[in-house]
Amino acid sequence: SASCSSRAVRTPRSVTDLQAQLTSIKQTALDALPGSSWTPLQMNPNLPPERADIVIVGGGVVGWSVAYWLKQKERVRGGVKVVVVERDPTYSRASTVLSAGGIRQQFSLSENILLSLHSAHFMRNINDHLGVLNEDPVDLQFNHSGYLFLASEDVAHIMEENYKTQRYAGAKVSLLTPTQLKEKFPWINTDGVALASYGLENEGWFDPWTLLSAFRRKAISMGVIPCCGEVTGFQYKTNTVSTREGDQVILRRIRSVKVQMPNSLEYQPVECSIVVNAAGAFSGKLAQMLGIGNGPEDSLTGISVPVEPRKRYIYVVHCPDGPGLDTPFLIDYSGVYFRREGLGGNYIAGTSPLEAEEPDTSDLEVDHQFFVDKVWPSLCHRVPAFESLKVSSAWAGFYDYNTFDQNGIIGMHPLVNNMYFATGFSGHGLQHSPAVGRGLAELIIEGGYKTIDLSALDFRRILSHEPMLERNIV
Amino acid sequence: MAAPLLSLSRCCRHPVLLLSRCLLSSSTVSKAPLHTRLLLYLTKRFYDVEALLTWTSMFKKRGVRKKNAYYGYTGSFHGPHVAAAYFILNLKGGFRYRGRSDWFHAEKFDWDFINHKDCPLEEIDLSYTVINCDGLGNFDEEKSLRTLSLKACPEVDDWFLSRLHVFQDSLEELDISQCPRITIGGLAALRNLKGLKRLDVSSLPRIANPGLVVILLEEMLPKCHVIADGYEFDAPPKEEESGHREEMHR
Repeated sequence: SASCSSRAVRTPRSVTDLQAQLTSIKQTALDALPGSSWTPLQMNPNLPPERADIVIVGGGVVGWSVAYWLKQKERVRGGVKVVVVERDPTYSRASTVLSAGGIRQQFSLSENILLSLHSAHFMRNINDHLGVLNEDPVDLQFNHSGYLFLASEDVAHIMEENYKTQRYAGAKVSLLTPTQLKEKFPWINTDGVALASYGLENEGWFDPWTLLSAFRRKAISMGVIPCCGEVTGFQYKTNTVSTREGDQVILRRIRSVKVQMPNSLEYQPVECSIVVNAAGAFSGKLAQMLGIGNGPEDSLTGISVPVEPRKRYIYVVHCPDGPGLDTPFLIDYSGVYFRREGLGGNYIAGTSPLEAEEPDTSDLEVDHQFFVDKVWPSLCHRVPAFESLKVSSAWAGFYDYNTFDQNGIIGMHPLVNNMYFATGFSGHGLQHSPAVGRGLAELIIEGGYKTIDLSALDFRRILSHEPMLERNIV
Repeated sequence: MAAPLLSLSRCCRHPVLLLSRCLLSSSTVSKAPLHTRLLLYLTKRFYDVEALLTWTSMFKKRGVRKKNAYYGYTGSFHGPHVAAAYFILNLKGGFRYRGRSDWFHAEKFDWDFINHKDCPLEEIDLSYTVINCDGLGNFDEEKSLRTLSLKACPEVDDWFLSRLHVFQDSLEELDISQCPRITIGGLAALRNLKGLKRLDVSSLPRIANPGLVVILLEEMLPKCHVIADGYEFDAPPKEEESGHREEMHR
């Protein structure tokens, strides 16, 4: 029969099995002989190295930007060994990927304006900076649609002052009267608007995930070591000094960072000389592990890092009659903002809640009632076409909110002199990330700021209780 | 190429190395020629080949940057308009002064253009040149520019378009057809050119849905005539298409 003849052609199964077993026995015997690389003590290959020069805690866009610039500025190839520690490789709670992705130069502080301007110039030539040979060029999908800030009567003078600061720093912004505004954007209801500030160049929005991946890819190709783990502690040396008034100040110097592997008790203490805190919304918690803030209330040691997570919602709405291709990122004086998303009549909208009504930050659940109560009325008032919108989806993300003055903290901590901070940007971390990374790398490797002077954003202002308030916070 | 004994062979550090079809450019569907594939194969294995290729691309970029330098030295002697004119001629483009009807072109180079000091430029033709965003700094004083032609310029991208707002009062005709780097994000930057009467966006390879883009552009610039040839617009049955278009317009 057919089966008998086919069986005669094929090798019998028992013989094939025997052959496979013999091969594996031979392989095991070869492995056990000296000279092979097999060892009964298997090491976890995901552990970070035992020693590194700089450990960056936090694998968001700021962390990877610092890593890239550190490698860019090292004078010798392999001069600085950098390790980036990120506890969540899926970035499910990271502020970077959940952000609206806008970049603007319309700030009131000139440091912020310069940071955004330099970041925009970085993104203009992003392939010269972050292009890797043989890989696809970076496409940020930058929409050059500009930002439009609306001001009511009582804040119009602040907008004019900001306009002067922005023009002086080099930002291309123009002021519009309500008539000009109506002429340019016929879909706006200019009721209550006294002045509008419109960005002409270097403003818009882009894809944050692409920027993060580009930084990551380039940094890894330059030799930065990524590590997936959580920082659970530090080992530090303590030194007590007394001030002129006789107060005791405790100075700490970090010796090693304890990095714990995910879902495991295994950890690796990484000996390092410098630690960069780029942990975003969770930087305050990280600083507490070092004992920053555990001291008497009115002393230097009692001042903690004032960064905490604040939850913000973004709603995706669909409105077929909405504004067209020239929709800017509109920010109303009531705090409500929206921008166009794609070409299919979709928009992204949101607002910052009042201090007293801050939502709970233990999870990233979205409150849809918030949209109906706080966002929709202002949206409809400003753009009448949005009365017929439908919410298609929503998400929530954390701001690394600086409770002191809502501006970034960049620089060394005065009491822990090998920990650098690049955190507390309260919603602008993404747009400042290339310039902040460069500034921090200049501070670490070259000893001082060379391109933008960011010494005003130091930790010193927190110790001396002098807030540098940013008046254009969204 | 270094001797095999001295060259360091590398192992792949990254888990995935995307093999781009052309070096440092966006992918095309056809297979790359043999020498390109050979170079890519060698680059993954030898540091020296990688360094050579990096230097080649660096020199090319430096060449483009030098061509787009700011002509401040010429400007200090002859004024900003002659400097801009000299810049255009060096890039192998052409231009026409306001008030004159003859064109100055790099092919028929004539030093006569220096004599027209303080005469602003009215029409500029920079097709097939390597002008980029930084080169536009030479035209900051051209307040009466009416026509700008940038056909098939390889370095014109979205950031270039965002810088065109300096001509928002005077520009009437803009031709950006066949520029390989322009995407929809840059076309949104043309919103400031309210005086534009003629816009040519034919054959832009990176526009994914040209029909929709043309409609949105016409809506954004109502006084402008948008020309978009070289695309294969899908042709659904006539009644459906007109109904669809009405919905978008409303």
